[in-house]
Amino acid sequence: MFIKGFIKKGEYFDSVSLMIVSREISKMDGILDSAVVMGTKENRSILDSAGLLVPEFENTDDTDLLIGIKAKSEKNVNDALHRVEELFQEMRKKSDETIEFQPKSLEGALKQLPDANLSLISIAGKYAANEAKKALENGLNVMLFSDNVSIEDELNLKNLALEKGLFVMGPDCGTAIINGVPLAFANVVKRGNIGIVAASGTGLQEVSSIISNEGAGISQAIGTGGRDVKKKIGGIMFIAGMKALNNDPQTKVIVLISKPPDDEVLVKISEEIKKIEKPIVAIFIGGDSEIIKRAGVIPATTLEQTALFAVAISKGLDIQDSIEAITKRNEEITKIAEKEISPKSKKQKYLHGLFSGGTLCDETQLILKNKIGDCYSNTPLNPKFKLKDVWRSEKNTILDLGDDEFTVGRPHPMIDFSLRSKKILEEAEDPEVAVILFDVVLGYGSNMNPAEELVPVLKKVKQTSPNISLICSITGTDNDPQNREFVKEELEEVGAIVMPSNAAASELVGEIIRQFGGD
Amino acid sequence: MSINDLFYKDLKVINNGLKSFHENLEKTGTEAIQVDWKPPAINPNLFGIIEKYQSKIDKANQKALQIILNGKPVLIGLDTAINVIPGMKKNMILHSGPPIGWERMCGPTRGAIIGALIYEGMADNPEQAEELAASGNIEYAPCHEHSTVGPMAGIVSASMPVFILKNEEYGNYAYCTMNEGLGKVLRYGAFSEEVIKKLKWMEVVLYPALKEAVEKLEKIDLKNIIAQALHMGDEVHNRNRAATSLFYRIIAPAIIQTTADSKTAADVLNFINGNDHFFLNLSMPAAKATLDAARNIKNSSICVALSRNGTDFGIQLSGTGNEWFVGIAPLPDALFFPGYTKKDANPDIGDSSITETVGLGGFAIAASPAIVQFVGGSTGDAINYTLQMYEITVGENTIYQIPYLNFRGTPTGIDIIKVVEKNITPFIDTGVAHKNPGIGQVGAGVLSAPIEPFKKAVEGFVNELDK
Repeated sequence: MFIKGFIKKGEYFDSVSLMIVSREISKMDGILDSAVVMGTKENRSILDSAGLLVPEFENTDDTDLLIGIKAKSEKNVNDALHRVEELFQEMRKKSDETIEFQPKSLEGALKQLPDANLSLISIAGKYAANEAKKALENGLNVMLFSDNVSIEDELNLKNLALEKGLFVMGPDCGTAIINGVPLAFANVVKRGNIGIVAASGTGLQEVSSIISNEGAGISQAIGTGGRDVKKKIGGIMFIAGMKALNNDPQTKVIVLISKPPDDEVLVKISEEIKKIEKPIVAIFIGGDSEIIKRAGVIPATTLEQTALFAVAISKGLDIQDSIEAITKRNEEITKIAEKEISPKSKKQKYLHGLFSGGTLCDETQLILKNKIGDCYSNTPLNPKFKLKDVWRSEKNTILDLGDDEFTVGRPHPMIDFSLRSKKILEEAEDPEVAVILFDVVLGYGSNMNPAEELVPVLKKVKQTSPNISLICSITGTDNDPQNREFVKEELEEVGAIVMPSNAAASELVGEIIRQFGGD
Repeated sequence: MSINDLFYKDLKVINNGLKSFHENLEKTGTEAIQVDWKPPAINPNLFGIIEKYQSKIDKANQKALQIILNGKPVLIGLDTAINVIPGMKKNMILHSGPPIGWERMCGPTRGAIIGALIYEGMADNPEQAEELAASGNIEYAPCHEHSTVGPMAGIVSASMPVFILKNEEYGNYAYCTMNEGLGKVLRYGAFSEEVIKKLKWMEVVLYPALKEAVEKLEKIDLKNIIAQALHMGDEVHNRNRAATSLFYRIIAPAIIQTTADSKTAADVLNFINGNDHFFLNLSMPAAKATLDAARNIKNSSICVALSRNGTDFGIQLSGTGNEWFVGIAPLPDALFFPGYTKKDANPDIGDSSITETVGLGGFAIAASPAIVQFVGGSTGDAINYTLQMYEITVGENTIYQIPYLNFRGTPTGIDIIKVVEKNITPFIDTGVAHKNPGIGQVGAGVLSAPIEPFKKAVEGFVNELDK
C-alpha cells in the first residue's frame, strides 16, 4: 500500500469542488482513499483520522492545497495525481452554461409564454383530458393528438370549448394546419383560400398536399378527430369548424372530409351547409352523398377529386375541367397498366396493399370495389372480407398497418417503416402476387428519410421478383422536410411507379388486376 | 371570445407530450414551449373532488400565503428551554421531525439524546444514558409541536439555552438552540466529552454574553438579515456565511459593551466568527415563526412544516391541524468528507427543511452559486431547481429575492396539490450525519423530498375539506 501526499502552494478551490475531485479519484482503480483539501487545521485533522496526514503536511497552512492519496501501487498514485490535475483544469474552464428551463406543467409554461394560444397534447390518454381541460380554462385552443380519451371526456371538453369560443381538435387528431403552421403529422402546404374541416387525418394530408401541388393553397385546416361525427359528439367541432371557415375572410372555398357521419349528425351538418354561401366541396368517404348534395354541396368521390374541385373553384375555373382531366389521366393509366401486365407470369393474380394511412387504405378499397370487387383487409369495407389472421394475406389483400393490431408496442408505420419493409419482402416471395401497392406519407411527424428506408427494400424486390409491379403514391409536397420530388425520383430510380395521388395509384392497380389478375 | 380569434394571431404553442412535435414547430419558426410533463402522483379522480372545492382552497391558500409573506421574525432574547418553551418539562427531550419513539430512532438522534442526558447530569456515561433513554422515563416530543425547531437530530433538553424569536406581525414565538459549529457536535449525534464540554461552554459563556447583548439591542430584525444574505450568496440553509457575517456586525458592538472582560468578548466573537453556520439556528426559527402563524387555516393545502427525524419524513399542512403525514426518510445525494461514503450516511434528518418550507434553502439555491456544486456541478442546475420550485408554490416572496432571476421573489407556499399533480417534490439542501451514534457529520448534499407523505397528505386534506 502506498500513501503519498502532494502540496500545491497558492492553489485555491472551494471545498465543494475539492470534494468532487476527491470523489472522482476515489472511484479510480487501485485507489483506497483520498483527500483533496485546503490545509486548514480542521482539514489536517480530517486527513489525520483518514490516515492520510503524511509528514510533509505538518507545516502547511490554510492557503496550501493538500492532496493525500492511499493506493495499492505507486502507479495508481501517479494516475490519480494526473487525474487531479485534469479535473482542476476542467473546473477552471467550466464556463457558464446557458440556462434553459423546461416548465413541468401548463401553468409553468404559461409563465414563460403568457400569450400562448394553442396547446398540443400527446400524453397518455388517461391524463390527456385533464390537461386539455386546464388548457381550455386558461383560454388556449387544444389539439389533442392523444387517443384513448373517453367519449364522455371528449363531449365535456368540446362543450366547454364551445362555451369559451375555442377549438378542441381531437382526441386522436393527427393533423391540422393553423395559420400556416403544420401541427403534429402535417405537410408544408402553400397558403391560400381553401379551408378544410376534416375528421380524418390522412384524408386531410392527402387533400391539402394535392391542393398545394396543384398551385392553390390552404387558409386553415381544422382536424376534429374521427369520433366528432359520431352520434354522441354530434359533430360539435366539425360544425364549429365550418362556421369558423365561413366567417373567415381568407377562406373562399370550404372542403369537408370525413368518413360517413352518423345519420343524425349528417342532418345537422346539412342544416349548417344550407346557411353557408361559400362553395363547399365534400367527401364522406364511402357514404351516401345525396343528402349533402341536396343541401348544396359539391360531392367528390375521391380525395384527389376533392382537392381538384377545390382548386378549380379557388382559381375560378369550372369543375367540369377537373373531371375531364381525371378522365383523361385514367386513359393514360390504362396504357401504363398494359405495359405492366405484359411481362407478368400467368400465376401472378393478386394485389397486396400495405398502407400507413387509414383513410388512404379505405379510399383504395372503395376504388377497387368498383373495379375488381371487395378486397380482404384487417379493416375491410365489407365485414365478410375481414382477414381471419391479419398476419396472413388472402387473395387481394389491403392492410392498414396503422391499425391498433399492428401498432401495439411499435411506433406508427408513418414513422417506423420496419414492419412494412419486412412485409413487402415477404409478399414479394409469393408467386401469386402481381402488384404491391403502398403509400408514402411525408410531412412533419413522419419518417424523415423514407427513400433511404424504402430504396433497398424495393431494389431487392426488383432483383428477386422483377415482374412484380411496385406502385405507390406520395402524400406530401416539395416543401415538406423530406421533399416529395426527391423521394419520387429515388423510388422511380429503383423501378417503383409513383402516381400523383392515392386515387390514381389505386386506379392503376385496379386496372392491372381487372385486366389480368383475379379469379 | 370567438373561435375565429385564433386565425388572426401568430400561433404560439405549448407542446405537452411528444418532443418531436416541439422540434418540428421550432423548425417551422413557430414559437413553442415544451412541457416536461410527468403523470400525477395520485389517482387523477382525486382531482375531480378537489376541483369542486378549488375556489375555497384557493381562497384559503391566498390567506395562508399572505400570512407567510407578512411574517416579521425578530430575535428578542435568549433564555433556558424550560423557562420559555411551551410545554417543556424537566424529563422531556425534543427532537427533530415527526413523532417517534426511542425504539425507532436513528443513530444520530440516539447519540444526541445520550449526549443531552449526560449534559443534563441525568446520566454519568453513555451506557447509563442509553438505559435511561430507553426506560420510558424520558418523554419525547417533536420540536415542531413546541414552537421549536432544531437542526439535524434537533435535540433540545430542559437546561439548554435557546433563542427567543417573535413574529411581530402575528405575536407568535419560536425557539431554537445555539449552533455548535462543525465537526463533532451533538446535532449530528456526537456525545463525546469534547461535545459536552463545548455545550457547557456555550451555556456558561456564550449564552449570557449573547443574552445581554440582545437585551441591549432589544431586538434584531432577522427578515432583513435574510433578505440581504440572499443578495450575498446565501440560501440560509447550507450556506449561512453572509447572514452570520451580517449578524456579527450587529451583535459585535453590543457584546463588547455588555461583556465584563475583553477575553470573554473575544472568545464569544471568535466563536460566532468561526462558525459559518451560526445563523442557521436563527434562519430556522425565523422560518418557523413565520410559518406557525399560517397554521390552522381551514381548506388550505399549504405546507407549514417539512421535517425529518432520520427515520421518517413528515409534513404538516395549514388545513389539517397538527396531523403529520409521514413517509420513509430518503438518503441524501451527497458529497462526503474523506474517509466516508454513502454507506455511512444516515437517512435525511432535521427540522432545517423549515427553511425550504418558507421558500429559502433549496428553493432559493439560485441565489447561492457558491454551493451549487452540491446539486451536481453547474449554476444552470441550481437555477433550474429554483425555477422548478415555482411550479409547486402558491406565490413569490415580496422581500426575499434572487438577484440572478432579476430579483424575482423566492418561491413561497408549498401547495401539496401541485406537488402531487406535477409529481415534483420540494428540493432540500441538507447536511449528512453518520448513521451510527457518536460520529457526527460526514458530508453535505441535496435531496428531493419523498412523494409518499404528500400523497397521504392529499388524502387527509380531501377528508378534512369543508364540504
